[in-house]
Amino acid sequence: MAATSGTPTGSPAPGSDPVLIDVEQPPGPASERSPNTVLLAVGLAYLVAVAVFMTYDIQGSLSFALELRAKKLLAMTLVGTGLATAAVLFHTMTGNRILTPVLIGLDSLYILIQSVSVAFFGALTFVSFDERIRFAVAVAIMVAFVLVLDAIFLRRAVTDLPLLVLGGIVLGGMFTSLAALVIRLIDPNEFLILEDLLFASFTLVNEELLVISGVVIAVGLALVARVRRTLDVIALGRPTAISLGADYDRVNRRLIVLIAVLVAVPTALVGPVTFLGLLASNATYELTRSFRHHVTVPISSLAAATLLIAAQFVLEELLDFATRPSIIVGFVGGIVFIVLVLREVR
Amino acid sequence: MSIEVRAVSKRYGDRVVLDVDELTIEPGGVTALIGPNGAGKSTLLSVAARLLEPDTGTVRIAGLDVRSAPSAEIARTVSVLRQDNRVAVRLTVRELVEFGRFPHSGGKLSLADRDVVETSIEAFDLGDRQHQRLDELSGGERQRAFIAAVLAQSTDYVLLDEPLNNLDLQQADRTTRQIRRLADDFDKTVVIVLHDVNIAAHHADRLVALRDGRVALDGPPDEVITTDGLRVLYDLPLPVTVIDGRPVALHFLRHGRNGAES
Amino acid sequence: MTPAVATGERRRGSRILGSAAALAVVLFVVSIFIGASSASLADVIRDEGAARTIFVESRLPRSIAIVLAGASIAVAGAIMQALTQNRFVAPSTAGTTEAAILGVALVTVVSPASAVGYKMVVATVFALGGTLLFVWLIQRVRSRDIIVVPLIGIMLGAVMQSIAWFIALRFSFLQSLYAWLIGDFSGTIAGRYELLYVVGAAGVIAYVFADRFTLAGVGRDFSVNVGLNYDRTIVGGMVLVSIVAGITVVVVGTIPFWGLIVPNLASLLVGDNQRRLLPIVAAVGAAGLLAGDILARTIRYPAEVPVGTIIGVLGGLTFLYLLIRSRS
Repeated sequence: MAATSGTPTGSPAPGSDPVLIDVEQPPGPASERSPNTVLLAVGLAYLVAVAVFMTYDIQGSLSFALELRAKKLLAMTLVGTGLATAAVLFHTMTGNRILTPVLIGLDSLYILIQSVSVAFFGALTFVSFDERIRFAVAVAIMVAFVLVLDAIFLRRAVTDLPLLVLGGIVLGGMFTSLAALVIRLIDPNEFLILEDLLFASFTLVNEELLVISGVVIAVGLALVARVRRTLDVIALGRPTAISLGADYDRVNRRLIVLIAVLVAVPTALVGPVTFLGLLASNATYELTRSFRHHVTVPISSLAAATLLIAAQFVLEELLDFATRPSIIVGFVGGIVFIVLVLREVR
Repeated sequence: MSIEVRAVSKRYGDRVVLDVDELTIEPGGVTALIGPNGAGKSTLLSVAARLLEPDTGTVRIAGLDVRSAPSAEIARTVSVLRQDNRVAVRLTVRELVEFGRFPHSGGKLSLADRDVVETSIEAFDLGDRQHQRLDELSGGERQRAFIAAVLAQSTDYVLLDEPLNNLDLQQADRTTRQIRRLADDFDKTVVIVLHDVNIAAHHADRLVALRDGRVALDGPPDEVITTDGLRVLYDLPLPVTVIDGRPVALHFLRHGRNGAES
Repeated sequence: MTPAVATGERRRGSRILGSAAALAVVLFVVSIFIGASSASLADVIRDEGAARTIFVESRLPRSIAIVLAGASIAVAGAIMQALTQNRFVAPSTAGTTEAAILGVALVTVVSPASAVGYKMVVATVFALGGTLLFVWLIQRVRSRDIIVVPLIGIMLGAVMQSIAWFIALRFSFLQSLYAWLIGDFSGTIAGRYELLYVVGAAGVIAYVFADRFTLAGVGRDFSVNVGLNYDRTIVGGMVLVSIVAGITVVVVGTIPFWGLIVPNLASLLVGDNQRRLLPIVAAVGAAGLLAGDILARTIRYPAEVPVGTIIGVLGGLTFLYLLIRSRS
């Protein structure tokens, strides 16, 4: 009988388990760290990262270098905050801490948007467009995509998140294969410009866009702060949340929009940084052993920003700009993810 | 002030899983929903708990239409506990019980809320366990923590879906006593889905037996748990005896020494 | 399952296999006679102009390559799904494909002038390494979760891809890596596809061992119970899969979703008995890729769109449809 299986959506697909993975953990440390201690530690780490990043090996004009570095720092902090918060919210919504919103195809969509634009307008023309317009269009398309995804999948069966995730992965694959075709057709010289757009870069960020992104992300955070207690209840899962009077389905539908914005804005600002949110949020859960949003959102945001700054620093000072920060984060993030799943589900 | 189920139906494709014309549960006592697998008992409970939208019909609890009344208001009237009480997040017993106050506190506990939390934890002897995490507890202890959270929710109505699943004999016994206490000591109206007819007969005041989505039998245990009654539900000839004034179905005797199976 | 039903299924299976195979033959013939330069059957027989040369050097190799690749990629997907007991595991969601790509990226840097055969061996070895790593991971995780298992594969793939991207960016061949990744048969001519016969052989071997894969798919306990060497079956299956993935990635590039969609479609039709499933998977895989390639050649005639793109889009849509259908 379907109703006793705990899925209110009717007969589940063959072989499908609930996405919940057993949260059987190795017994935690005898004395649990209090969230405030962790917040303090992560906050300190962030400040140290900022200080080192701002002052390390300055050559030439001091004011110029400081201004340039401050802009980079702000960008990295915004990107970290947006992506980490989005990841935490996505985990709350799906009841699964190993999923990440980029899995629903947003990064691939961004790559497709940029490739098609470069192919259509020509790289130089496209780059000469008003950055604000390019930014707004990219954000709008990504958010619209999530809304469509939501309309296709979530409206059918409010709780069918596995479907949403798999659907997103498949759509991401479609975007990638279209982008690959476009990239193949682009002139190699133009591709060099596109390459810059495809991999997150903090070196040249438009000031005005920084301000706009800052405002959007701040508004997002304010919303999260306002409903943080309801979000705590949502994280308990659908039956419990509903029993406690939270409007689970409606809150989740709004959450997905907020998540889309919080991923789209950083991505349109600097390019995709896959796995950053996943990495930072999971590190936070490990450190605090808490799922309360007033704990996890600030800590994971700071952690994400710190990680980005560290990656950028390593890149600039040790690897001599050999690669992109997103590739470092992707490499480290993927490995940490796998280790995490191994520990989590065993 | 009662639970009123009117013309509620639910189907999956062509299969009707629930079709209850009229069912009223008066305040007080423990009412058990029994019946074979697929009879619709959990579906009925889920509909009443607004976890599942019915295709037709309404359920009113204390005058509130569960489909249209604000969810937060319903949460102050009725609490729900499902069989699968795993939570995806790590939290301690105390935190869980505190969440029981959410409908009243919005997550910000007042002094009065804290009192209720304290009382609920004490009521089920969870004092020494309160700072342990749920995933470190045994199934029985975890179930007890959830029942304490239900108590803290301070609702007049409590809906429980197979709360004894995956519990051993001792844990199940303890849990049923606690559920009984919700009704006897705390004046709650308890509706519980059970698949074990004997546990239902022993602990409930009224049995509502479903079969094929419809109410097949309804009444006090000694009227429902009879050889004839069980034949209606399970198509099996089961002898019934009486222990402590309660009927007991001797289902294990079906293949009795006489080998007389029809 | 009652015998009557089983017989019905078997009959249905043969009917489906028959129609898929017939379709593949028809499409094969159509495929041979489509192209930028005309080469009718009469021309070939009379050997007029370059007709026979085109036919033997280009058309026939291309169509054969498509059949081999289409069938074997699909079969590889089916084997992976059986062995991992998960519908959503395929070379592209298990790190296999990305491992092969990483291998190719490394070869490109270390010895750019090496022969295609050498590249294939490296790609296959990497694919095998990646796949075995994946198998090892999911066995340690012991999760049967339909999402968690492919997610691990996707993440594993992401790690390997980020290394490949690192290399490609560093040595400025990212664009050509992208270009070469899209499955494409336009460059398939005699002398450049023959290694795909190895892939075809892997498919045949898979069919020979089909029963073992079915058994292993039921689970370790059950396999051991009936006396199957479970671990050897898993490793053997994954070696076959890696050979297919490694060679096809080098020779034709990636065909997105192919190892996912075809087996899922086929198993919807005939169930999960590998002996019945694999021939149908192979036939549908061959027919489908032939159709995709014909579309790729005609949609912007005389220009070509890579078949990988066609499949990436149409296949993605099909898969979405399957997903939604399976849930409603």
